[in-house]
Amino acid sequence: MGSSSSSRNKIPNAQELMDQTGFSSAHLLRLYDRFECLDRDNRGYLRQDTVDFSSFVRILAHFRPTDRNRNKEGTQQELPNSRTRKLKFAFQLYDLDRDGKISREELLQVLRAMLGLQVTEEQLQSIAERAIQEADLDKDDAISFDEFKKSLEKVDIDTKMSIGFLK
Amino acid sequence: MAASWGFILFLCVLLMVCRGLSLAGVDPDQTLSSSGQVKIRNPQIDNAMSSNHGTTGEGGHAVEHITTLPIVSWKWHHVTTPYLVALWILVSWLCKLVIEANHHVTSVIPESALLICFGFILGGMIWAADKVQTFTLTPTVFFLYLLPQVILDAGYHMPNKLFFTNLGGILVHAVIGTCWNAASLGLSLWGCQMGGAMGDLDIGLLQYLLFGSLMAAVDPVAVIAVFEQVHVNDVLFIMVFGESLLNDGVTVVLFNVFDAFVSLGGPKIDAAEIIKGIVSFFVVAFGGSLVGLGFGLLISLLTRCTKNIQIIEPGFIFVLGYLSYLTAEMLSLSAILSIVFCGMCCQKYVRANMDENSVQTVRYAMKAFANGSETIIFVFLGISAIDKVIWVWNTGFILLTLLFVLVYRFIGVFFLTWILNRFRLVPLEFVDQVIMSYGGLRGAVAYGLAVMLDENKIKEKNLMVCTTLIVVYFTVILQGITMKPLVMWLKVKRAAVTEVSLLEKLTNKMFNHTLVAIEDISGQIGHNYMRSKWKYFEENWMSWILMKPSARKKQDQLLDVFHQLNLKDAMEYVTEGERRGSLEFVRNENSIIDFKKKSESESFDINNANISNDHGVMSNTSRDPIPSVSLEMHEQTMKAVREAEAINAHHLLDQHLYKSRKQHRHRFSRSHFDINRDEKEVQEIFQRTMRNRLESFTSAKMGVKPPKTIVKHTQKEQQQKMPNGKSMDKAKTSYSGDEGSEGDSASGYDQSYMRATYRAGAGIENPAFMPDLDPMDLLQIPPWLAESELDSSMVALSHRAQVGLPRTPSNLRRLAPLRISTRSTDSFTLENIPDTQQMDSDQLPPPPPPRPPRDDGYV
Repeated sequence: MGSSSSSRNKIPNAQELMDQTGFSSAHLLRLYDRFECLDRDNRGYLRQDTVDFSSFVRILAHFRPTDRNRNKEGTQQELPNSRTRKLKFAFQLYDLDRDGKISREELLQVLRAMLGLQVTEEQLQSIAERAIQEADLDKDDAISFDEFKKSLEKVDIDTKMSIGFLK
Repeated sequence: MAASWGFILFLCVLLMVCRGLSLAGVDPDQTLSSSGQVKIRNPQIDNAMSSNHGTTGEGGHAVEHITTLPIVSWKWHHVTTPYLVALWILVSWLCKLVIEANHHVTSVIPESALLICFGFILGGMIWAADKVQTFTLTPTVFFLYLLPQVILDAGYHMPNKLFFTNLGGILVHAVIGTCWNAASLGLSLWGCQMGGAMGDLDIGLLQYLLFGSLMAAVDPVAVIAVFEQVHVNDVLFIMVFGESLLNDGVTVVLFNVFDAFVSLGGPKIDAAEIIKGIVSFFVVAFGGSLVGLGFGLLISLLTRCTKNIQIIEPGFIFVLGYLSYLTAEMLSLSAILSIVFCGMCCQKYVRANMDENSVQTVRYAMKAFANGSETIIFVFLGISAIDKVIWVWNTGFILLTLLFVLVYRFIGVFFLTWILNRFRLVPLEFVDQVIMSYGGLRGAVAYGLAVMLDENKIKEKNLMVCTTLIVVYFTVILQGITMKPLVMWLKVKRAAVTEVSLLEKLTNKMFNHTLVAIEDISGQIGHNYMRSKWKYFEENWMSWILMKPSARKKQDQLLDVFHQLNLKDAMEYVTEGERRGSLEFVRNENSIIDFKKKSESESFDINNANISNDHGVMSNTSRDPIPSVSLEMHEQTMKAVREAEAINAHHLLDQHLYKSRKQHRHRFSRSHFDINRDEKEVQEIFQRTMRNRLESFTSAKMGVKPPKTIVKHTQKEQQQKMPNGKSMDKAKTSYSGDEGSEGDSASGYDQSYMRATYRAGAGIENPAFMPDLDPMDLLQIPPWLAESELDSSMVALSHRAQVGLPRTPSNLRRLAPLRISTRSTDSFTLENIPDTQQMDSDQLPPPPPPRPPRDDGYV
């Protein structure tokens, strides 16, 4: 235990992170090791100085499975692994220009990346068209976050946007 | 209710007939005297038959010693077996028919339980007549003829992703859970016997363990039957169902091992034998799976090259699947595992490789076989019970077995799930565990194994069989009935009825990618990572070998969903069109023929159908816009801003339209569903449909609701003519008069104008004239022009459209119809606003000048 607490001291504002993300200190340590492993130059940042450890953890926290027991405490602020936050995260993956709406172009770009060479461009376009039509409730030809949330109502986000961080 | 009683009566009669026949085979004379068969036969047949039997005893083949030529002879022996088999299949299926006739009964009591009860009744009747049970479920029939198709169906329709995601849990339950059940049941019963709870029984420890092992396995057939009606959530279902399929390997091994041990006798069993037993478990389970995988790959490979024998290609799946089962059985490996993996392995490639029709055939045939044989299994499980021989009652033994089976199942499931939940992403909840435990139904597999016991080695075989039957009835009937209320009461998460949505699918796909990435970033090798590796391997190697090159391209799920949605739209569109009885539907049919004729000019066809779609929708929307998906598709066209996209959408929609509605005339052929390609016939069909169209078109114009546009058009003409000081009537008659003379020189004259006016005027004026004119017309005008002509006349927009036409002379054929369609949309929207319409008509190029002078000339 002594070694773990000593290495925990290495992590900047560990307690705050744990509160914000809901990770246990063991998780945090593992992630810190991983972070150091990824950060080859030991600069404390990844990807050209854009991601430091705390944002690294915050992003990963979206994928922490929702644990039913801890949620009952209730009063604390919304953890990143709540349903809405997970959805928001997914939404941002589409919303490339961050205007709060998934436009046809953005959807097309995502589709292109995912379907790749299998499909012709015209098929892609009609798929994008169709997908937007499905979700677009206010007919503004783009999907807002609310529409996005609504159309994914039935999807079990908790299961699908979680990975089993080792316990 | 009366109907169902009628059925029951019918069943009884059938049964009597069948029984009578079987007896007739045994002893014709006795049957004749004893049963009601006499009335059916005529004396001569009887004579011939009895003489045959009397002389040869071989059946109806002997011809010696006949006094006269028998006109008809009775050859019961000749057909006994297949006849009885067929009759029994019929009887069981009729049972199902009766049961399914009353929905309020099946909603309370599961079908399997009812079938067993019917089996009781049938068995009772047989027993009452014969005083012995003539028909019981024998292990050979069950394992070789009834079980394979049920399991093949299960494997073939297995949701693979779900299965493999939960594979860990399933395996733990199937292997450890089954061993636990077997051991605990055997040991506890033995303990109870030692304690003196069951009186004097000649059963040793090993025999108890043997009994325990045959009772341990959860039965796939029973589980499918009950759980299919309950609709619990996917994960729960796959846990129970997967376990029931996979534990077969364990059961077979346990059964064989203990059977061997019983034969060897207690003292000869040493550590080596036990180790052999454990080794044989791995060999049997993995060997069976490998055999199945091998056959699955073989099927996939074969379906790659069955293009030319499409009619029998579905057969390969059944034959090879069955072979995989038999092969495993032959090698004393786990046959069930073999056929399950065979089905699971080949499903993806079979669906991709085979023709759409064959895939459907496989699906339905598989379901038919599985459902049919499941029915037979349950009915015979019921029949088998009515047999005095097997009923050896020992209250202690039976009740204790029941109790232990139930209790240990609960304990096992809860303990194993508790361990599993420590590793699961989404833990199984308490209620799920209760249902899993409660869903541990025993079924025909246990009964089959019990009957297979060797009476010489196990003195109390009948007691075991009887106990097995009781346990089976208890689990299938009682637990089956209470399952649904329990699921309701515990509020178990049910399977959601999902409607496929593109965005949802897309997002799911994205989640998968994201999860893989995140797992990679956070440095863990989890499910997702493994899955992506497998997928990579699968796409790059397996698909490459096992899939047709053409199928490989479009295997993405997203495309699949897109295809489905489009198909649905197309269907809706068609049904909508049919319901309204509108002529757009007829026109669509036509475009298909066009398509067949000139498949090389695909793009043309798109536009062609595009038009017809447009019209169909426009005529709908213009009057009473009905919100439906197909309409939505077209609103997009209405906007007409994104032309290219609209084309694409239609392109896709149309491609599917062709696929989904194969409205060709088929010639009879054994090996091909031939599409009629005879030029002349196509031509004739084409003409006929054209005529139809025109007739319906004419009637539409004559009918209550003439299309607005035509009215509009005549109004326009009116405006033009009035200044000339001519009455409408005159103008019109002059048109119709014109038409006769101009019909021949149609192409020579100013087409754009003429077509428009000629339709608008003549159709109203002189409908009787039309049909005669058409064929001639059609022969002259190439189909695509005819198409556009008709369509344009329909909406009467040909002015603008055709004026616009010459601007694109290079790809006239491609663009012409499209232009028409967009224009027509335009003007339709415009038409609703009178002012703009006025503007519009002002902007229109004035109708060609030649007309008025000619009119003048006439007058």
